[in-house]
Amino acid sequence: MQPPSGYRTPPVLIGLGVGAAVIAVGLALTYEAPPIQTSQTGFRGLAMVDVQNPRRVADRVVANRVPEPQPAVQPAGQKAAELYENVPVLGDLDVEEFNRLMAAITEWVSPEQGCGYCHAEGEPLSSDKLYTKVVARKMLQMVGTINADWQAHVGATGVTCWTCHRGQPVPVGTWFTEPNPMQAGGGAQGPTGQNRPAPLATLASLPADPLTPLLSGPDAPIRVIDNRVLPLRGQLGASIQATELTYSLMHYVSDSLGVNCTYCHNSRSFFSWDQSTPQRTTAWHGIRMVRSLNQNYLLPLEGVFPKERLGPLGDVPKLACATCHQGAAKPLLGVSMLKDYPELAAIKR
Amino acid sequence: MAEYQSLFTQVQVRTPAHAGVPLPRGTWIRQGTPRFSYLLGKIGDAQIGPIYLGWLGVASIVSGIVAIEIIGLNMWASVNWDPVQFVRQLFWLALEPPPPKYGLSIPPLNEGGWWLMAGFFLTLSILLWWVRTYRRARALGMGTHVAWAFAAAIWLYLVLGFIRPILMGSWSEAVPFGIFPHLDWTAAFSIRYGNLFYNPFHCLSIVFLYGSVLLFAMHGATILAVSRFGGDREVEQILDRGTAAERAALFWRWTMGFNATMESIHRWAWWFAVLTPLTGGIGILLTGTVVDNWYLWAVKHGVAPAYPEVFPPVVDPAAAAAR
Repeated sequence: MQPPSGYRTPPVLIGLGVGAAVIAVGLALTYEAPPIQTSQTGFRGLAMVDVQNPRRVADRVVANRVPEPQPAVQPAGQKAAELYENVPVLGDLDVEEFNRLMAAITEWVSPEQGCGYCHAEGEPLSSDKLYTKVVARKMLQMVGTINADWQAHVGATGVTCWTCHRGQPVPVGTWFTEPNPMQAGGGAQGPTGQNRPAPLATLASLPADPLTPLLSGPDAPIRVIDNRVLPLRGQLGASIQATELTYSLMHYVSDSLGVNCTYCHNSRSFFSWDQSTPQRTTAWHGIRMVRSLNQNYLLPLEGVFPKERLGPLGDVPKLACATCHQGAAKPLLGVSMLKDYPELAAIKR
Repeated sequence: MAEYQSLFTQVQVRTPAHAGVPLPRGTWIRQGTPRFSYLLGKIGDAQIGPIYLGWLGVASIVSGIVAIEIIGLNMWASVNWDPVQFVRQLFWLALEPPPPKYGLSIPPLNEGGWWLMAGFFLTLSILLWWVRTYRRARALGMGTHVAWAFAAAIWLYLVLGFIRPILMGSWSEAVPFGIFPHLDWTAAFSIRYGNLFYNPFHCLSIVFLYGSVLLFAMHGATILAVSRFGGDREVEQILDRGTAAERAALFWRWTMGFNATMESIHRWAWWFAVLTPLTGGIGILLTGTVVDNWYLWAVKHGVAPAYPEVFPPVVDPAAAAAR
């Protein structure tokens, strides 16, 4: 039998064309534009890769500019406390070092506002009239604590005011507890804390605020996966809701550091430490550091900050991963500014 | 002669409208004057109607509408009745199951009560529709294959939203109603129970799912390809093999060494499709009730391989601190 001649291709082509156009629009609206570069970090075939977009890498280099260190000074042989009044935290510094550090802080935190941002005009330098000076003192103690007690997280690289401030009096990566969104209330479903685009969790519908429950208190459980094969009778482990809260926090960490999950975890087993990368240990200490700093340095500033510096619910600004990291796995791409200001590792607390 | 290389159906049979085979006396009759739609004829039968709903169909649709109203109005209330935000955030919005503290008790309406009610009506709607598919098949003198395939899907639905939450002792284990939220639930569920990837019934379900897709493509393509030889008369060719059946069989023997038959291919397809939710439901049912961490389960039973260590050994800092 002779097959009939005249295959008509146009309908096929039209169908394929329309399909391709629909798919192209969907892809363009859903995914990040290429190129995406992946580099293998773990054993082959396990998808242990670092995913980066070169355009973002370039932006990151610009955003992580490090200022030139202040010129070195000759010690005057006199302590700051002997020359100045009311220097309880930096009083042991040599006067010249003290003045150099003051110049550096001005450059790091209030380059436009100058010394007057903390030192009230017409008042002696020792005056604590401005709240900014009280906050700055607390923040200096915090920097000292980070550099001295949290080397498990910051290593010898350490931090300075610039790590967070980057020339801004208020660092960009601080956060507040946000109020629940306006809902109809009444008998209708009440606030669930999730199911709306969550800016902190990369716009997922996960819990919108993982930071207040998990990073402002001392010891909220983050772990949700049980380290046992079989369930125990009568013991319900972490709920799905708790899992989603942790998942939301992990979104935040990943976004803050500009890395994907496999920077710390092997996705075959998120909980298993023997499958994880050493970075996970660093991050573990980082989470404890954030909690401790919020508890000991930020939350105690309640009552010091004026109203316009507080969040919508009246809480003080708090820190978390993004405050220092600002999209980089290592803040300032790993450059240590502490080596030019070693006094920031030995601040009286 | 008709062509079968197009995406769209090329043949539209236009006879006087077919009112359907005579049926035993029922409470309802088929209603409405049949119409023809050219565009629908491009993807299916051009004849629309007459329609038979029956009391099962009506009750099912009413229950379904009640469920969707409860879900939709609660979503809308969660953006304070703002129509713009309702549309913008629709994919994010959800009706959540009760929080864990309520266990299996009846929670207040605004803390999961609506979820329970929506789930009840949705389940009622689905079950009534199942009875309808069974009864309509029987009324037509057909086998009940469609109803039992549908029942397989209902099994998975019931495991996710009803059976497993009851075994776990908490409604909070169930799935929220919402587009992104139910996907987030899926991801969180896998993470919570140590990676569903290592759940063997999850593996089976994926095999049957992808297998269904493959079989569907192979079968559809084969029949279209031999239609010019009369292969569209599949049922006749089960017994009375024509050249179409023989060419199709030879094609697959040549290309993969084995072929199904005009009859068996439909059994392959039915079982692959049905086993997808059947095995998936078993996998979900075992998760959290019988197995707490699928990764550790797979390690224990030699399923999860060990790979060479690339990083320096990492130990749990919390455990290290405790020691």
